[in-house]
Parts: sequence; C-alpha cells; structure tokens
Amino acid sequence: MNFSIIAENIGIYFEGLNNTIQLVSLALVIGFLMAVPLAVIRTSKNYLFSTPVRAYIYFFRGTPLLVQMFMIYYGLGQFELLKSTFLWTYLKEAYFCALLAFTLNTAAYTTEILRGAIEGTNYGEIEAAKSVGMSRLKMMQRIILPSAFRRALPAYSNEVIFMLHGSSLASVITIIDITGAARIINSRYYTPYEAFLTAALFYLTLTFMIVFLFKKLEYRWYAHLRRDDIA
Amino acid sequence: MLLNLHGYGPSILEGTLLTLKVSVISLIIAMVLGFTGAMFKLSKSRILNFISQSYTTIIRGIPDLVLMLLIFFGGQVMLNQIAPKFGYDSYIDINPFIAGVLTIGFIFGAYMTETFRGAILAVSPGQLEAGYAFGMGKIKVFFRILFPQMMRHALPGFGNNFLVLIKSTALVSIIGLDDMVRKASIASGSTRLPFTFYFAVAIIYLIITSFSGVVLSWLDRKYSVGVLKG
Repeated sequence: MNFSIIAENIGIYFEGLNNTIQLVSLALVIGFLMAVPLAVIRTSKNYLFSTPVRAYIYFFRGTPLLVQMFMIYYGLGQFELLKSTFLWTYLKEAYFCALLAFTLNTAAYTTEILRGAIEGTNYGEIEAAKSVGMSRLKMMQRIILPSAFRRALPAYSNEVIFMLHGSSLASVITIIDITGAARIINSRYYTPYEAFLTAALFYLTLTFMIVFLFKKLEYRWYAHLRRDDIA
Repeated sequence: MLLNLHGYGPSILEGTLLTLKVSVISLIIAMVLGFTGAMFKLSKSRILNFISQSYTTIIRGIPDLVLMLLIFFGGQVMLNQIAPKFGYDSYIDINPFIAGVLTIGFIFGAYMTETFRGAILAVSPGQLEAGYAFGMGKIKVFFRILFPQMMRHALPGFGNNFLVLIKSTALVSIIGLDDMVRKASIASGSTRLPFTFYFAVAIIYLIITSFSGVVLSWLDRKYSVGVLKG
C-alpha cells in the first residue's frame, strides 16, 4: 500500500469533508424543522390532516434514498413545465438535488421518531395540562414536545449517523463529498485500498464524534434520571 | 395504465428478480454472520469479544457505499495480486454480484449481531438449565429451547434490519449490477422518461417492503403465541 498518494492529495479529501458536513448539517437542520410540525400533524386525530403526512412518511421510508435522489436529479427534468420556472435554476444543480433528497428523507424518518416520542407522553401529564385549561397547541409547546425531544434523542442520534452514511450517495451524482474524493483518487491512480480506506477513516472519525456529542447531550438531558448519587 | 413503461416492463421485472435474489442471499449471509458475531460477543474469550466488537463498531461507522466500493475495487486488485502466485496468469474480473452480496451481507451481519445478542440475552438462563437438566445436548438446547424463544425477541429488530437491507440493495446498481435501479436508468436513457421509470422502481420497492412487513408481523404473531397480551 502506498499512502504517499493520499498525503499528496489530502486537500481533495478536506474539500470533500467540507461538502459532506455542509450537506449533512443543512439536511438535518431543515429536516428537523420540517419534522416537528409534521409530527404534530401526524399525531392529530383528524384523518384529513394525518393521512397525507402518513403517505409522505410511507413513501420516503419504504424506498431507497438512491432512488429518491435519482427521481429528483434525473427525473424532474422530464417535466417541461417545471423547466420554465425559476425553480429550475436550483433543480438542475446536483448539489441542490442531493440536499433536497436528503432533507425530504431525513424529515420523514425524524417525523416518525418524533411521533413515537409524542405518543409516549405520560397521560397524566396531558391530563394535568388539560385540567389547567391549555389548548392542544399550548400543551404541545409546553408539555409534550419538550419531553418528547428528550425521549427521541437516542433514536435521533441513530438517524444522524444514518444521514451521514447516506450522504455518501451524493458522490453518485457528481458531488465531491468524502466518497467522491475517494472515487476521484481511485480512478486517477488506481489505488482502491488507499483511496477508500482513507474515506472510511474520515467517516469513522465523524461517526465517533457524533456518538460522543450525543452522549454529552444525553448526559445533560437525562440529568433527572442519573443515578450517580446512589451508586 | 397510469405508468406507460414503453415496453421496458419485462426488463424492469427482470431487475426486480435480481434485487430479490441479492436481498435473500445477502440476508442469509447476514444471519450467519449475525449468529456467529452474537456468539462471539457472548463468549468468555476476550479475543472473540474483541473481534466481534471491532467488527460491529467499524462496520456501523462506515457508509455502505464506501465499503462496497472498497470490496469491489479493492478485491479486484487483491485477487489480481494474489492469483499469479498460484500460477493463474490471466486477469480476473471480480463479479459485481458476488461483491454486492458479500458487502451487503457483511454490513448487515454487524447489525444482526447486535439484534441477536440482545435476543439471546433476553431468554432466561433457567430455560437453558432446564433443557440441560433433561439431558439435552448443546445443539438440542439451541434448536429446542434457545432459538424458538429468542426469535420472538429478535424479530422486531430483525425485521427492521431486513427492510433497511432491501433498500440497501439499490447500491449494487452503482457497481454495475443489473438490478431494477440500473434497468430503470437504462430505460430512461433511451426513452428520456427518467421520472416515470424511477417512480415505477420506487413503487416496486414499496410493494416489496410492504409485503415483507406483512410477513414479518405474521411471524411476530406466530412466535409470540405463548405470550399473554393485555
């Protein structure tokens, strides 16, 4: 193995790292902001509201991210009408298409995680909120969502890691993320081990960092469940 | 018909068959690796613990695509470096089917390890002791006592892993395997109707995952007949 090739070309990996971090964090932030209202609608008792959200989640969780990305990147060009609008300036960009696919995908998974957390709310808390006369929205804002976020944390940390791994698909539509960088190095020097092992090391490091951050967060958010005073 | 596939229907279905084949074979590999990994994790040997712990940690920290490209391209280089030493001189092309199936099986073996480990731990040790007390051997205890009871605990996680596995098979199209995603890209290249074909493939994936979901919940009911439910 010859890692001097990697050392000479490490710049392209950092460019890829930059793109990966950007894509993943943007998708996660926008996806989360979408997921909160969607989860509230999803748990609504009115079928008129909850059914469309259900269908959206069903589609995005039941199909591969790769196919979703292809549908957006290659597929949308099929609609001449769309091409004549301002949207096309964004939709013809691979970067924007990948971001859109990732965002819609993570929003669907996050909605489902939040739904579980919302439905897991202790009924006594809801009763208490009702008894002091809170509306459903106030109750969501003050009682249900704050504790639901806490309950959703472990599952959400998994989703963040899945999104990081899923983002490697961006390399398929010409984006130079970490995987894209490895593919360039491999095709330029024909050094698959060095190229992809380096990429793997980058992803491993990122994964460990995410796990560490969520451990920290869990430690804070679960302070009331900590048993170190007894043990 | 809502979706006019312009005569590419049979080709897409051929791809579907390949997708199913990849799913099933890699599932079998993943289950074998998962059982082995779980046994390693629960064994008293430190070395085996270390091996299985590194396996699950590393695999779950690397994207599927990177692993697949590593095995596909890296395996090719390795084979061609090793083969001449055994007196085999012509160039070897690694079969994308084997690379794909091995990678997916290898990745999901790590996820299955965790699922099976938890499920084995959930079976009360008294059950196994009772089995031994009746004079059953290790293998009999496994098939008669441990397996039927652990399946119930393993099924939800197993089902989840399987659904993710099916969707991961789409990646094999990237290394040139003719699964339905690649068939769709071929068809959309010549008809200029990419959305139609990718949408059709998405619907087929939905059908496969929904059907698997039904089978899994049936299995779940079957394996928990012995459990009282409020």
